[in-house]
Amino acid sequence: MLEALNNAASEPPLLKLESISKLFPGVSALSKVNFDLREGEVHVLFGENGAGKSTLINIVAGALRPTTGMILYRGKETHFPNVHSARKVGVHAVFQEFSLIPQFNVTQNLFLGMEECSYGFLKKRKMHKQMKKILERLGFELDPRKKIVHLSRAKQQMVEIAKVFGSDLSVLILDEPTASLTEKETERLFALIEEARNNNVGIIYITHRMGEIRKISDRITILRDGHYITTVKTDSVTDNELVKLITGRVIDKIFPAIYYNPTETILSVKNLTTADNSANSVSMEFKKGEIVGMAGLVGSGKSKIMRACFGIEKIKSGKIIFEGNELTKVTPAKMLGMGMFYIPPDRRNEGLVMMRNVRENITLAALSRLKLSLYSMFLKRKNERELALDLSQRLNLQPLKIERSVDLFSGGNQQKTLLAKVLTKNTKLFIFDEPTVGVDVGTRAAIYEFLRDLCRQGAAIVLISSDLPEILHLTNRTYVFYRGKLRTELKGEEITEQKVLANFFEKKAA
Amino acid sequence: MIMNDNNSSKTENILIKMIRKTFIGMGVLPFLIILATIIFTILSDNFLTARNLINVSRQTTYLIIVTMGQMLALLTGGFDLSVGTILALSSVVGALAMSAMNAAFPDSVALVIFVGLMAGLFAGLSVGVINGIGVSVFNVNPFMMTLGMASVGFGIALFLTGGVPVYGMPESFSDIFGFGRFMGIPTPVLITAGLIIIMYFLVNWTKIGRYFYAVGGNIKASSLSGINTKYVLFLAYLFCSSLATISGLLLTARLETGEANIGVSMPLESIAACVIGGVSLRGGVGRVESVVLGALFIGLIQNGMNLARIESYLQTVVLGILLIFAVAFDQFRQRLIAKSQD
Repeated sequence: MLEALNNAASEPPLLKLESISKLFPGVSALSKVNFDLREGEVHVLFGENGAGKSTLINIVAGALRPTTGMILYRGKETHFPNVHSARKVGVHAVFQEFSLIPQFNVTQNLFLGMEECSYGFLKKRKMHKQMKKILERLGFELDPRKKIVHLSRAKQQMVEIAKVFGSDLSVLILDEPTASLTEKETERLFALIEEARNNNVGIIYITHRMGEIRKISDRITILRDGHYITTVKTDSVTDNELVKLITGRVIDKIFPAIYYNPTETILSVKNLTTADNSANSVSMEFKKGEIVGMAGLVGSGKSKIMRACFGIEKIKSGKIIFEGNELTKVTPAKMLGMGMFYIPPDRRNEGLVMMRNVRENITLAALSRLKLSLYSMFLKRKNERELALDLSQRLNLQPLKIERSVDLFSGGNQQKTLLAKVLTKNTKLFIFDEPTVGVDVGTRAAIYEFLRDLCRQGAAIVLISSDLPEILHLTNRTYVFYRGKLRTELKGEEITEQKVLANFFEKKAA
Repeated sequence: MIMNDNNSSKTENILIKMIRKTFIGMGVLPFLIILATIIFTILSDNFLTARNLINVSRQTTYLIIVTMGQMLALLTGGFDLSVGTILALSSVVGALAMSAMNAAFPDSVALVIFVGLMAGLFAGLSVGVINGIGVSVFNVNPFMMTLGMASVGFGIALFLTGGVPVYGMPESFSDIFGFGRFMGIPTPVLITAGLIIIMYFLVNWTKIGRYFYAVGGNIKASSLSGINTKYVLFLAYLFCSSLATISGLLLTARLETGEANIGVSMPLESIAACVIGGVSLRGGVGRVESVVLGALFIGLIQNGMNLARIESYLQTVVLGILLIFAVAFDQFRQRLIAKSQD
């Protein structure tokens, strides 16, 4: 080990990132992050959702370009203008989003972009033979003739992995590769990683699972809110120290003090299961005058269950009772009418009509109201303008130009537009799904105050968040989800970092 | 001398800035109209006369009406390739009904015309209803849905007539709706003016109009805002077919016959007019005023080319080129907009 470290010190690391920053319009995803990767090591990137891990690996893989900073590959400054140029030097990535062509079969996907040809004709038989060899070497049970659409998610993941292991590797990036794999396949993958490590491949590995970190990694780099925190050797830290490192913070001040006054139950959910089983027999209750947190990793079902209540996800079984009425068929229109409002996390795709102006976006859900239209048909545009302007002012929209199209505003101000929508209606239950995703600290504070004010006025609020501090500081009750199941309910003083996180991750096999 | 040079470059700068501003604000259309007017005025003495321009606006009414319908389909992020078929079907069915009624009840002209109009309306609207149901309920891609219906409708129109024009409508039908004048203004122009006002009101001042934009701009966000998106899509195709039907019946009156091939050029021309008028093919953006101007522009160049004795086959070539040209410039304009807002 010592020898290896000495070696690394004398020789330049395989890959070195110096002071990398990445700005997206309105947000800084990475700021001055340092990172280095040696030959033959597994280096874990660890951090909460939105910490900047994905942005970082996208930069290494050539999918994104850093705003400032330098990438050194084998000691030489390098630019990867695109994924192709990164691949040329052996930098390959397996992202969470698959890059497979669904209508092609396994072989066609594997050879995509590097097909064997002679005189312009495909050598299909040769490729098929090679394919079989690769699969044999990797030990994957895959039918090379099967189309991707007909494969399960786990098998697709294996194709994706086979794609990178089939090529010349120097740097391998794996983004939560085991998320959809079974135990056996995971074991196989770890064996392959071990093999690659012995061949001096440097591996960047992203995972949320403590067990995996312990099992395969050499070093861990921790990111938080786009900042580099530290790099540690895996065997020199405890799990608790790691958790502290990824969550430790000084931004407590942005959270306002909230006065909770839980009164009557407004929504109760009984044994609800969604059609795709992404949330499984969940029972919950929500009361007026409180903020209920929904915590868990991405894909844990915390969002899906609330979407089911709003009528976006199909429901397989279970009951939804809103204000004492058991609902049979839920649709967004019906739930909005009854006083439930769901603010989606993805403002670009689900929240806003980007090319229309702020005014139209704010009032869109409320045009049927008497104040805004005559006989629910003819618009009262003066009232509409006044309402939109009033709400924009309350949320401090900048610049205060309500006739400007939404896509010309910064992320934070787009979010304010989205939030203003909930105030246009008589809403009793507010569901905010990741309300602070991709917004700056200032807007964050404004959004928290907004939640506080709603709560003080006696509304029921559900806060779905992957941001742990939000859950800790803003909620008086929190449901924690893990893999589609409601794992626990924490109240008041019980909502601590340790308790929530303990339920976030896979429980280590004792 | 040097002073002079400086001055002229300054005015040039202001001119470029003005052109830039107009281009960003209104698109390529104003420039095309100016360019076309200059070219055709040079090519023909008769072009820039009041009489000719009134003529252009009268001839273009049919396209304007269809274009406004097409705009609704485009606003919701689809399009309607069956507008030509709707014209044909309403024309043929209306004419057949009228001539049959005319033979049976030659004395009650009003009844004959009324029944004919209703029959045409029914034929045209049924295409729209089927389009709407296909697109909204069965999620068929608008391109395939309306292309399929274009084939179905055109086939029916040909089958009903055997490809021969339908005669035998009461003369007063053409006298009123084709050649009639009210206070000196041709009836078709009056009707078109009325429709333009209604459409302007519909998309800007009614809830459903707002929903056309919202659904085309982001169907998910619209649905989460409680909008019945299927109903909105359905209405877009229904309204589009209503306008196409009205255009078809007016054109029938003008031609004094019912014909199966009157709308053949309509899908291309109406989409071209919309796009030249700044309607986004991705949905969510478009204005009635600009679209009407776009249709007028197409009428203008057709008229100009006729006066300049350009062969009609070549005219389609010019139209196609202009369409592509307009779209390419619109892409350029989008980039300028993004830049100027930074």
